[in-house]
Amino acid sequence: MIRVWLPAHLRTLARTSSEVEVDVQGVVTVCSILDALEAKYPMLRGTIRDHGTQLRRPYVRFFACEQDFSHDPPDTPLPAAVAQGKEPLLIVGAIAGG
Amino acid sequence: MSRARVLVGTRKGAFILESDGKREKWDVSGPHFAGWELYHVKGSPADPNRLYASQSSAWFGQLVQRSNDGGKTWEPVGNKFAYEGTPGTHKWYDGTPHPWEFKRVWHLEPSLNDPDTVYAGVEDAAIFRSTDAGATWEELPGLRGHGTGPHWQPGAGGMCLHTILLDPVNAGRMYIAISAAGAFRSDDGGKSWRAINKGLHSQYIPDPDAEVGHCVHRIAMHRSRPDTLFMQKHWDVMRTDNAGESWTAVNGNLPPESEAADARRGFGFVIDVNTHEPETIYVVPIKSDSEHFPHNGALRVFRSRTGGNEWEPLTKGLPQSNCYVNVLRDAMAVDSLDKCGIYFGTTGGQVYASNDAGDTWKAIVHDLPAVLSVEVQTLP
Repeated sequence: MIRVWLPAHLRTLARTSSEVEVDVQGVVTVCSILDALEAKYPMLRGTIRDHGTQLRRPYVRFFACEQDFSHDPPDTPLPAAVAQGKEPLLIVGAIAGG
Repeated sequence: MSRARVLVGTRKGAFILESDGKREKWDVSGPHFAGWELYHVKGSPADPNRLYASQSSAWFGQLVQRSNDGGKTWEPVGNKFAYEGTPGTHKWYDGTPHPWEFKRVWHLEPSLNDPDTVYAGVEDAAIFRSTDAGATWEELPGLRGHGTGPHWQPGAGGMCLHTILLDPVNAGRMYIAISAAGAFRSDDGGKSWRAINKGLHSQYIPDPDAEVGHCVHRIAMHRSRPDTLFMQKHWDVMRTDNAGESWTAVNGNLPPESEAADARRGFGFVIDVNTHEPETIYVVPIKSDSEHFPHNGALRVFRSRTGGNEWEPLTKGLPQSNCYVNVLRDAMAVDSLDKCGIYFGTTGGQVYASNDAGDTWKAIVHDLPAVLSVEVQTLP
């Protein structure tokens, strides 16, 4: 299972705890994790990435294993520790607005 | 005895206030959706337990919430607002073409007779409709596509479609208003539209009498006389008696902007009509488009019992010194109890209410986040 850490507002929206688990088939990427996350929690569609373009919303960032994957192509394979469930993918709301 | 339920949208969540018909003591629940911007919350006239709420954030975008039990519980519904076809461009602040981009839902207007049908006015300006209780949304593209769209331009708050009025008598007729494009009417249920801005005069655009480009802030209608509309424009309070074919200014003795002989009058955002008196209207004058607070720090509602021109200030219970709040365009509502209740919210987090048609006021809640919208339901 893949571990995903959600920011507070999305936890409330999805009515879940801070960390959720999703099952990903094939290569573990930001895109495949978000596909699985949105399938399990449909209310998150449109909140992390745009409905139409599927691009990351500007104030949302993706971190894992102390690396920033926000600007990588979404089909970039994530570290083995994420794929093995040892480390979570962190979905973070950028600190902005004071 | 009938009851009143007030739906308040704020910068940091929604609040619901309930009272019996006396409207003296209020129970407050909330915040619902804490931390999110709630641009609008409104109930269905056909089923008062059906509520819709527009929930948004700069981080996580737009959500629409639906309640089937009067706001006790909520569920997120569809939030995909895709413009029909290739969106094209409108004018940006500097006059250059700018692509249409969806930002948020400003206003939700449930159908008068079907709780599952609801319209959404959005930024960048367009109107969407759901016929499945918010699960899916489709644009009514005849508005953006009717011809003047490329000339529309945002106001300071963005290019928002903020007002939707459904005609209770003429089936298929509806009105919308956009900042800063103007007012538009459809006579065929939203398929086709035309601008209805004749008589509006706006000094801040190249042609002050142009077909579009006017910063309309709000339009209000009385159910018994749907061809008469009252408008709070950026400057000027206006009225039409022929469904928008022509408008006339009814500023009358509203407070002037300054002591100059030719000082302008009539800046503000909200306007509404007394439920029992179709010629009794209410506005909250605001000092200028650059200061955005009440004249002389005194919060006054102005009431006209003559459909405009002759106005009286209503001050009992409202702060008359050191008050520098604003009252935003969707933040006034009326109930249908006797006497008519008038409600408005401020950017300072108060919701003021009058249970006697405006003669006296009191804050029924205060210290909320900045209030974006106020609606009221009259319940059996």
